[in-house]
Amino acid sequence: MDTDTKLKYLRTEKLPHIWCPGCGHGIILGALLKSFDKLGWEKNDIVVVSGIGCSGRTPGYIDANTLHTTHGRALAFATGIKMVNPALHVVVVMGDGDASAIGGNHLIHAARRNIDLTAIVFNNNIYGMTGGQYSPTTPFGAKASTAPYGNIEPNFDLVELAMGAGATYVARATSYHEAILEKYIQNALLHKGFSFIDVYTTCPTQFGRLNKIKSPIDNIFMLRDKAIMKSKAEKMSPEEIKGKVLIGEFRNDKEKREYTELYDEIIRRATKKEM
Amino acid sequence: MSNAKLVQGDIACAMGAIDAGCRFFAGYPITPASDIAEEMSKLLPMVGGKFIQMEDEIASMAAIIGGSLAGAKSMTATSGPGFSLKQENLGFAIMAEIPTVVVNVQRGGPSTGLPTLPSQSDMMQARWGTHGDHEIIAIIPYTVEEVYYETIRAFNLAEMLRTPVILLMDEVIGHMSENFKRPDKSKIEIINRKFPTKTPEEYFPYDENEGLVPPLAPFGKGYRYHVTGLAHDKTGFPSTHEESVKRLMERMRDKILNNRAIIDKCDIRKEGNEEIGIFAYGSSARTSIEAIDNLKEKGIDVALMRPVTIWPFPKEQLLEFAKGLKKIVVPEMNFGQIVGEVKKYLSDDVEIIPLNKYTGRLITPEEIVDKILEG
Ligand SMILES: Cc1ncc(C[n+]2csc(CCOP(=O)(O)OP(=O)(O)O)c2C)c(N)n1
Ligand code: SF4
Ligand SMILES: [Mg+2]
Repeated sequence: MDTDTKLKYLRTEKLPHIWCPGCGHGIILGALLKSFDKLGWEKNDIVVVSGIGCSGRTPGYIDANTLHTTHGRALAFATGIKMVNPALHVVVVMGDGDASAIGGNHLIHAARRNIDLTAIVFNNNIYGMTGGQYSPTTPFGAKASTAPYGNIEPNFDLVELAMGAGATYVARATSYHEAILEKYIQNALLHKGFSFIDVYTTCPTQFGRLNKIKSPIDNIFMLRDKAIMKSKAEKMSPEEIKGKVLIGEFRNDKEKREYTELYDEIIRRATKKEM
Repeated sequence: MSNAKLVQGDIACAMGAIDAGCRFFAGYPITPASDIAEEMSKLLPMVGGKFIQMEDEIASMAAIIGGSLAGAKSMTATSGPGFSLKQENLGFAIMAEIPTVVVNVQRGGPSTGLPTLPSQSDMMQARWGTHGDHEIIAIIPYTVEEVYYETIRAFNLAEMLRTPVILLMDEVIGHMSENFKRPDKSKIEIINRKFPTKTPEEYFPYDENEGLVPPLAPFGKGYRYHVTGLAHDKTGFPSTHEESVKRLMERMRDKILNNRAIIDKCDIRKEGNEEIGIFAYGSSARTSIEAIDNLKEKGIDVALMRPVTIWPFPKEQLLEFAKGLKKIVVPEMNFGQIVGEVKKYLSDDVEIIPLNKYTGRLITPEEIVDKILEG
């Protein structure tokens, strides 16, 4: 049943996918496909946009209107699509480097506008595709191919970043906690406004290899061991949550007006003026 | 002229865009192109279209590609530094074959350069600014009226050929006011992109069997397909297969080069008795015309070739123009970007004389006259 559901929205003829064995990206794709099914969305009404990276290959496997753009710019392309046709469900999948380094500017501004897009970051804390260079989310001290002595840059907390920028739905999940991930994706898809999910995931080939987390399964256990529900963390001391990754829903604001709706009001005003 | 009004070049560009059917504009403020964005922000919602001021020029270019894919004729407008920022996504529009119009109101550079002064120094950036081998269409009008009509033509070419089209102006053309009468809608030819005639099951977004320009289905109309900047086959999915890459590259080249009959446009003013010619475009063509009038009074006949479409370069028209001419003066507000092209195609029998100014000042008619008299 689960497999059938995923297959329904999958371009099965495009398989096998390009991802490494043990890569977390496929789990996020699976959760997205199941969410489309749960919501009963029409394939013709779904647009999936990505940037460049291993995560960028995701749309190619989805039987929808799919757009694989340039590195970091997916949200800007998606903004144009949503503006022109607000009836479409526009989902944007990005890598951590994609979304928060080269695309950081687009992320904060899409969030600030509260345009009705769902942004999902496949956050493996590394540049997977280009060979394991450090990203803005690589933890302090972790190894990367461009941080052979350990990363000395403090990392972004993407949840904090999205909230600070004004996103109206913000959550974090992991590709280990699949059921939670699926639930948040559905909530994000249903949310009217800019929704953002930071998905903590694995790249055994680059992050795991460089940080001596040997097998793909150990990488997945790393997610399990590091993640802690936000509700639980609230009852814990700062020492206890140090080095942990908080998961949960951080914001769900239904009050703030959505951008394309506000623009429609401008059109109503401007067309009246013309007459 | 009845009903003619004083109109600025930038405003005429916005009017042309609206009349061409542009319904989405994304931009980022920059002198001397901001007036286009301001006008579009006012006009678009009046016709049910949409305007957005993005966070930068990279995003603006990305947004109009998205808007075009969703089915709206889309445009952005910028100047020098912003034009540089658009280059990566301009290449995406070329590769993915998404119709878009990109306006560059040229100002002096490099870098922030001369924000309020004219220049023609992005002629080569328009040609080769984005990475990778490609053909490109670039148009350079010289009056306010021509800005209006050429903006419409830029949209027509973009939609007809599924490609970005660059409209080059400069600070003088953008900011000057001239008498202009907006024509009746019935008088202008509007060309829309081809919608697929095939069913979604039979449709391929890059199908060579559909000719050099396969129809483009807007997202959301039941044709689910993939778009990527990677080399792709007819389905739109990535392919590095040599034969398929070759076919893609050649089709994208040929759709421009084999359609020159509709792309090319040249204003040639030649009686046949002249021994001297001027090859000039944009603002420099305006002063060239004045110089030609002055020389006529002195009894010297000078011919003019004014390319309106500058890329692809009008090689055949130049060869024809050069017949019988002993020398050709090429005035440009740059170090001599287009004169190199002129030289490339002409034999040594014709003397080619560059006249260059790169100080943000227009080349004056006197300077052109002097150049001709001294030579
Ligand atoms: C403008 C530009 N700069 C650099 C690259 C090279 N590049 C491709 S993917 C990538 C990083 C990918 O990392 P991330 O976004 O985290 O995605 P992942 O591969 O980890 O899913 C980079 C730097 C590019 N394609 N374009
Ligand atoms: S390199 Fe890393 S992110 Fe890319 S497919 Fe392999 S495991 Fe996944
Ligand atoms: Mg990554």
